[in-house]
Amino acid sequence: MADLPLKGIRVIDLSMWFAGPMCTRLLADMGAEVIKVESLKHIDPWRGPVVRERASVQFPFRPVTDKPYDCSPGFNLENRNKYGITLDLQQPKAKEILKKLVKISDVLVENYSPRVMPKLGLDYSVLRGVNPKLIMISLPALGGTGPDRDYLAFGQTIDCMSGMAYLTGYSGEEPMLESGLSYGDPLSGMNAAFGVVSALLYQRRTGKGLHIDLSQVEGLVAFNADAVLDYTMNGRVRERIGNRDRTMAPHGTYRCKGEDRWVSIAIGSDEEWRNFCTAIGEPDWAKDARFADYPGRYNHQDELDKLITTWTLQHNHYTTMHSLQAAGVAAGAVLDARELIEEPHLNARGIWERIPHPVAGTHAEIGPFALFSKTPLHILKPAPCLGEHNEFVFGQLLGMSREEIAELEKEGITGTKPSEVQQGSM
Amino acid sequence: MEKVLSGVKVLDLTHYIAGPYCTKMLADYGAEVIKIEKPGEGDGGRKLPPFFEDDPHPEKSGFFLYLNTNKKGITLNLKSEAGKKIFKDLLLQSDILVENFSPRVMPSLGLDYGTLEKINPHLVMASISNFGQTGPYRDFKATEIVEDALGGWSTIIGHADREPLKPGGSQAQFVAGLFGAIGSITGYYGALACGAGQHIDLSIMDAVLYIQMFPTSSYSYDKVIRKRFGNRTAPFPSGILPCRDGYIGAITVTAQKWPVLCEWMGMPELCEDPRFKTPADRALNIDELDATMISWLIEHDQEELFREGQRRRLPFGIPASAKQLLESPHLNTRGYFVEVDHPLTGKVRYPGAQVRFGGMPYELKRAPLLGEHNEEIFCQKLGFNKADLVRMREQGII
Repeated sequence: MADLPLKGIRVIDLSMWFAGPMCTRLLADMGAEVIKVESLKHIDPWRGPVVRERASVQFPFRPVTDKPYDCSPGFNLENRNKYGITLDLQQPKAKEILKKLVKISDVLVENYSPRVMPKLGLDYSVLRGVNPKLIMISLPALGGTGPDRDYLAFGQTIDCMSGMAYLTGYSGEEPMLESGLSYGDPLSGMNAAFGVVSALLYQRRTGKGLHIDLSQVEGLVAFNADAVLDYTMNGRVRERIGNRDRTMAPHGTYRCKGEDRWVSIAIGSDEEWRNFCTAIGEPDWAKDARFADYPGRYNHQDELDKLITTWTLQHNHYTTMHSLQAAGVAAGAVLDARELIEEPHLNARGIWERIPHPVAGTHAEIGPFALFSKTPLHILKPAPCLGEHNEFVFGQLLGMSREEIAELEKEGITGTKPSEVQQGSM
Repeated sequence: MEKVLSGVKVLDLTHYIAGPYCTKMLADYGAEVIKIEKPGEGDGGRKLPPFFEDDPHPEKSGFFLYLNTNKKGITLNLKSEAGKKIFKDLLLQSDILVENFSPRVMPSLGLDYGTLEKINPHLVMASISNFGQTGPYRDFKATEIVEDALGGWSTIIGHADREPLKPGGSQAQFVAGLFGAIGSITGYYGALACGAGQHIDLSIMDAVLYIQMFPTSSYSYDKVIRKRFGNRTAPFPSGILPCRDGYIGAITVTAQKWPVLCEWMGMPELCEDPRFKTPADRALNIDELDATMISWLIEHDQEELFREGQRRRLPFGIPASAKQLLESPHLNTRGYFVEVDHPLTGKVRYPGAQVRFGGMPYELKRAPLLGEHNEEIFCQKLGFNKADLVRMREQGII
């Protein structure tokens, strides 16, 4: 089998939380050697509480362990396939080590606020001096320039600032967050991965490196281009329309039999409407002149939604989906986490993978983002325990002796045991 | 002008949203993208609103115009033998092929990967579809809301006791399009190294799942099924709440920010209030907490809350409308929106660069009119002459 596409590319990953790690997760999944750098005083906050007692309060349903920070579902998902080291970049000696690592790497990813890297003396102009071919990507919330560049933003802030929240919600009611998906984060990580691979192609062609400035907000505004253009072309401010659509009716999410079970249905053409009426045993609806075409159905949506619910309430969400799909109508059950993991279609595609983690155990995790025919992507190794690859990186890659590494441990520059008091923890 | 993807040649059989966004990313960053449309009607995306001045003309769809910048457009009837021959000739000169037909279409045209690979072994072919090229739902019908439902996205948006919501817009399709761009250029990078292309099967449903950090991992670790919980997000308080002139994203995220917020609201005593002392207390008494915060928020405007919150290092944000985005001093200072001229719409501002490559130019050339580059591509690339084009048009090939 051919090598993974990014085999041989080494990436230094200074990022934490979600956006940066999503970028390096994609790169690692596609074969890059990603070295995640944390520090004992500032572990990736997604690792969660350091102390056993605090962890058992926060996660009462999780088995008790002395290393709760190696057992975080979110962290372990985002950081699989990566190597992990600890290095306290506030110490001069650590900065020199990082520069040595930069010298033998292709890419550096960071998602601090724009002030941090210059303050550490590790901005692009410095690192380019160490490795002129370096590709460095910074992905702060609002980009590296502009009046609000130093503003603080988490995923939910990005939801707000990008227009996403404004367009999500029940019609006529308040803008909605995405209940913890933190959408701006994964999206920025994807844009960043696109940026890195594009820059790798450029580097391969020209031998030159470059610095990529990515604003998380700008990436997400692009995904609402239709709303932007409705304003710039027509002066119209698009509002929240719940589950409705501007080109299809009926269009919505309908309650089914069972507790909190729902099905989404979208009817575009008149033919689909007639098929729908036949499938649910209400052929008379198809003859009703009010519903005969899209404008009619659009104008009678409230009534149609009530009629449709009288039918969906009698059936389970999966049954509803299958009977409508059999009739050529777009319908999908609203699936929750358990259903997704048990989902026959996803399992037939081999989407879930289960790789044992030495501390956290074995859990289902989404594997590839796409099926590559000749270089299938898989979870090849679990997320690193804190400092798990210190020896590999400092010893094998940088040629440091055991004594030198032990010295670094003594000085608190590296190690495997996190400080109980963390900088910037939850 | 040198761009990151200069020299990459892409053949584009996409339509509507997901596929065109994928090839837009490639085109905007320097790849040469030749978009093939059906003669006569073209990409179905030409029927998507918004339309310039609300006129549903196939050259005036703002959505189409945005999704197809920097591409060259030709028409070609792939059902005709002559059309297939031309397609295969173009394929020989291409590095990447992107298509987002339903999975039965390419094989039925005799243009499946197995066939195309024999013509061009270096080819990276990306197929974006609703549910992928395999699996029991392969031929299911889907639209945006159906993908949001089956991908596990809707279940987490909305109020707990009401219907789940789709995210605004066409997010699942954009996400899949961006994954398509990542996959195809990475596949191409791999092909440069090893000399062999491959086929990338990208399902919109899988794509929606891949971006979620918590919902499925919380279940696989803790057997907790995440549901929608309105506008709240732990640790509390964090959410979108009403203020004097609209709504404000009153986001705190880390627990250390709570005392900062109490101080700002002029209610330092809340920090010691047993109802609100720890994140767990605040979660339990969230309704009371909201009421207290709202009584203060409605005395203040969005802009003031946003600026002063940020000054105090609280990650507040304004839930911005399109108008607010276009008027944002920050986005405008960065020159984010780009004016694009078009014969039927005049100058219109579009969202600009998602990624900025240090020192490199970024420009948006308008989307092609239907068949606009037929002459350029067929004559210059394939050696046809004008008489051939007339004949092919008469035969319905282009």
